[in-house]
Amino acid sequence: MTGTVAARISAHPFFAALTDEQRAALAEDGKTVTFAAGERLFDEGGSADKFWLIEDGGIALDMRVPGRGDQIVETLTSGTVLGWSWLHPPCRWHFGAVARVSTTAIEFDAPSVRRRCDADPAFGYAVLRSFTPVITERLQATRLRLLDLYATPSQIRQHETRQADT
Amino acid sequence: MTGLDTARPALTDPAPAVPCFYLVASRREDTGDTVTLELTEPGSLVPAFAPGQFAMLTALGVGEVPISVSGLGDSGGGRARRLQHTLRAVGAVTRALCAAQPGGLIGVRGPFGTGWDVASATGRDLVIVAGGIGLAPLRPVVLTALADRSRYGRIVLLAGTRTPGDLLYADELDRWRRAGVEVAVTVDQADSGWSGEVGLVTALIKPAGLAPGNSVAFICGPDIMMRVTADALAALGIPADRIRVSLERNMRCGAAWCGHCQLGPLLVCRDGPVVGYDRAAGLMRVREL
Repeated sequence: MTGTVAARISAHPFFAALTDEQRAALAEDGKTVTFAAGERLFDEGGSADKFWLIEDGGIALDMRVPGRGDQIVETLTSGTVLGWSWLHPPCRWHFGAVARVSTTAIEFDAPSVRRRCDADPAFGYAVLRSFTPVITERLQATRLRLLDLYATPSQIRQHETRQADT
Repeated sequence: MTGLDTARPALTDPAPAVPCFYLVASRREDTGDTVTLELTEPGSLVPAFAPGQFAMLTALGVGEVPISVSGLGDSGGGRARRLQHTLRAVGAVTRALCAAQPGGLIGVRGPFGTGWDVASATGRDLVIVAGGIGLAPLRPVVLTALADRSRYGRIVLLAGTRTPGDLLYADELDRWRRAGVEVAVTVDQADSGWSGEVGLVTALIKPAGLAPGNSVAFICGPDIMMRVTADALAALGIPADRIRVSLERNMRCGAAWCGHCQLGPLLVCRDGPVVGYDRAAGLMRVREL
């Protein structure tokens, strides 16, 4: 990655809703980090005290399922944001996250950003406006995956039978 | 809708309602429920197919279904001497067709409908987005572009599938990658051996770094998948008339006689299956037509 954190935040479309001044404030809470392939960023249930803007690489969100190990529920690629559990109490991660490949990101100090949001509602609103489209997009994608669009009629019947049996 | 193939069956060439019988030359199992049949050596020949067009395939004594061509085939003399179809066993007819063995006979009527008109994308980037079995009708787009590679810009193939085991043409995807096709695959449900992306196919669009002003998109998959993908591409800036979708409706006669496949003003067997999104968008949102 080239350029200062402030410059990279300013250039990134994710924070387009923020003013220059707000982006500069946010940059004070950001730093560049790298994760090796396979490195775990956080576990489900852990304290959600960070979030990341993925600049290069990829992250897998996972959940430990008894008897099946860590099941990947979604992967995130460069250009997107990782982590919004810090926005609301209890500020605990709902999933785990692991780097799929060598990954570079801007890491933000979430409690500090939250304090800025509380102290400056305009800043907080701009931050929320940045996150809301991503949250909505992922919710819609999850709903569509729930429809199991690629299933055959017999696979759908099997699924319905399993649901009826439980 | 502009620039789409207009090759349609003439009523006299040969009778669209009368099948020609093709021999199954080979049968390849692509996934647990999907096979690719190569058909050849018939007594009589149907006209050559364009990518995106479909045939009505008959399993003798069982029934008939519309299936798009999945290969370029061999079209000597303007006739289809060799055809490839990829089928998924979902009902009685497709189960019978999937079970056909080399040497067996299959009835073929066609070609029917509009094609992808790959040539109209000359000089532009091709953005090919497939959902599930939708990769089969799009395979000829990739093969056509690779056969005349210098004619096109980037070739970007984004494929979504249910599970890793449902991915079609896995070996071929690697060959396409080596030939310069930018291939990205995502699955709805990963297994322990899967190291690729997990999520909806639309999540592959942003990382692909497309050039919307110079792209033509070809989309095939379930209706909802096509709609959300086309909307995402349109939001990125690809004009709706440069986004093409392949509609699937209840095709019966194939020659726009019976009306079973009517979708508003379209008879999909004639005016589709490939339709520009500028025309299809409104129709795909109507609950009942």
